[in-house]
Amino acid sequence: MLNGIPINFYIMLSAVLFIIGVVGVMARRNAIIIFMCIELMLNAVNLMLVAFSTLHNDANGQVFVFFIMAVAAAEVAVGLAILSMVYRNFKSIDIDLLSRLKN
Amino acid sequence: MKGLFIISGLGVLAMLAEIFKFKKLLYPLVLIGILAAYVTNFMEWNSNFSIPMFSNMIRFDNVALAFSGVILVTAFFWFILANDYFEDDHVTDHFALVLFALVGALMLTSFSNMTTLFLGIEILSIPMYVLAASRKRDLASNEAGFKYLIMGSFASGFLLFGIALIYGATGSFDLMAIRSFISHANGDLPAFFYAGVLMILFAMLFKVSAAPFHFWAPDVYEGSPTVITALMSTIVKTAAFAAFMHLFLVVFGGVSETWSMVLAIVIALSLVVSNITAATQQSVKRMLAYSSISHAAFMLMAILANNRGWASINAILYYSLAYSIGSIAAFTVLYNVSKAKNSSNIEAFNGLGKRHPFLAVCMVIAMLSLAGIPITAGFFAKYFVFSVLIGTSFKWLIMVAILTSAVGVYYYFKVIIAMYFKQEESHEDVTMETSHMLLLVLTSLFTIALGVVPNYVIEIFSN
Repeated sequence: MLNGIPINFYIMLSAVLFIIGVVGVMARRNAIIIFMCIELMLNAVNLMLVAFSTLHNDANGQVFVFFIMAVAAAEVAVGLAILSMVYRNFKSIDIDLLSRLKN
Repeated sequence: MKGLFIISGLGVLAMLAEIFKFKKLLYPLVLIGILAAYVTNFMEWNSNFSIPMFSNMIRFDNVALAFSGVILVTAFFWFILANDYFEDDHVTDHFALVLFALVGALMLTSFSNMTTLFLGIEILSIPMYVLAASRKRDLASNEAGFKYLIMGSFASGFLLFGIALIYGATGSFDLMAIRSFISHANGDLPAFFYAGVLMILFAMLFKVSAAPFHFWAPDVYEGSPTVITALMSTIVKTAAFAAFMHLFLVVFGGVSETWSMVLAIVIALSLVVSNITAATQQSVKRMLAYSSISHAAFMLMAILANNRGWASINAILYYSLAYSIGSIAAFTVLYNVSKAKNSSNIEAFNGLGKRHPFLAVCMVIAMLSLAGIPITAGFFAKYFVFSVLIGTSFKWLIMVAILTSAVGVYYYFKVIIAMYFKQEESHEDVTMETSHMLLLVLTSLFTIALGVVPNYVIEIFSN
């Protein structure tokens, strides 16, 4: 129980957020939306880590959240750089165009 | 431990080289640094056995040192192969990215906490995304970097979700704490703990590109610059397997009934899919990508035999060494041939046996080793994997592996046949640097030496 709410509710909420992210990555064709969905997946994890951290009375979970945030920022920085390079060459960020490497 | 510091220092030095203008010195400095890291790594053998560092975040025990050694040897060879990759305007950036990726790889051999596992994977992956996309004007390289980035961060999401669930069940990120929690729980673990283990399994299978999570690998391998493909299929793979092994042999060994059946199906699928698809490829680069999926399946087989203790760790170590050396040799030949002929298709190898007998012989040794033909290292690598798996309930996988290896022999021999029995259409000479020749001599000798006296590596750990 956290503040009167059972821990399962937190798990459910972050699982639902995570699944929305996963479905978004697989179904959407716009690269920016795909990045946003990956961020959603990572933030679902952050939510769950904070909930568990409070449940166990252990600060490690919240420290881990900082690591995830820092790494997610680095990943997005690299991702947007690659994306702008792709846009310069392809004049589009639709990922269906990125299928030259099929046999 | 000191090896990790030396490589990190080299990475920082590479970035300073741009400011203080000693770019020309950087290449020899990096080679010396990697040798120094290897030597210090070797000196630490048996000395600080399992002393945890940084509040139990990293622990360089002998297993970690052995895998670090494999990574550093491969890195040294790789830097010789990649010398002209470091000759355009972004020299220092490329050096820094590769060196930081190496830091991530060394962390993956030695992590003892989920935090360092996650950081190691990301420190390894983020530079690799940039390196895969490093040919900025090349559309294939763009596509490779982008796909690698999306798939890599997608897999990281799964890894993190798994870590969070395990943290929820056990209340700790420390691997030994999780291990003792599992052994004390006697099967009385919450359902989401098992979900967490499976999600980490899926994420790691993504990272080592096992079927059905392999679909990104051929595209990424083909689109990236050839030397970066060589880096991905050797160092990245060895590091990922060191991490995979640490997680599933040591930490989750107590709940093997949850993941072993899934892993067995994944292995069977990888073996069948990769070998059959590789046989139909025209591009040698793409064929090597599929062959790396099949080698991943072999290494996973040794992880599956999780009740064999040290024997399966030895088998994975030997396999990753044999495979890394063989791949470096194959990629060196491929790199020189495709540079001369401007194509990485199998036709580019036609007639190589007559015009460049030295290159052709080295390619034959590499192909025989990858195919697993005796007296090369690849044969014993496969043999030791089978010998650890035979004592488990997954003997049927050995049958699958032998049948699909026969298909494997077909496509490796396609290259050999092209080199010796086909006429070449055009006559571009393959010019080769002395350092590459030296590298090929070294890797070929190493491959045969490992195959003739395998016991130096295979008996490295015992009770």
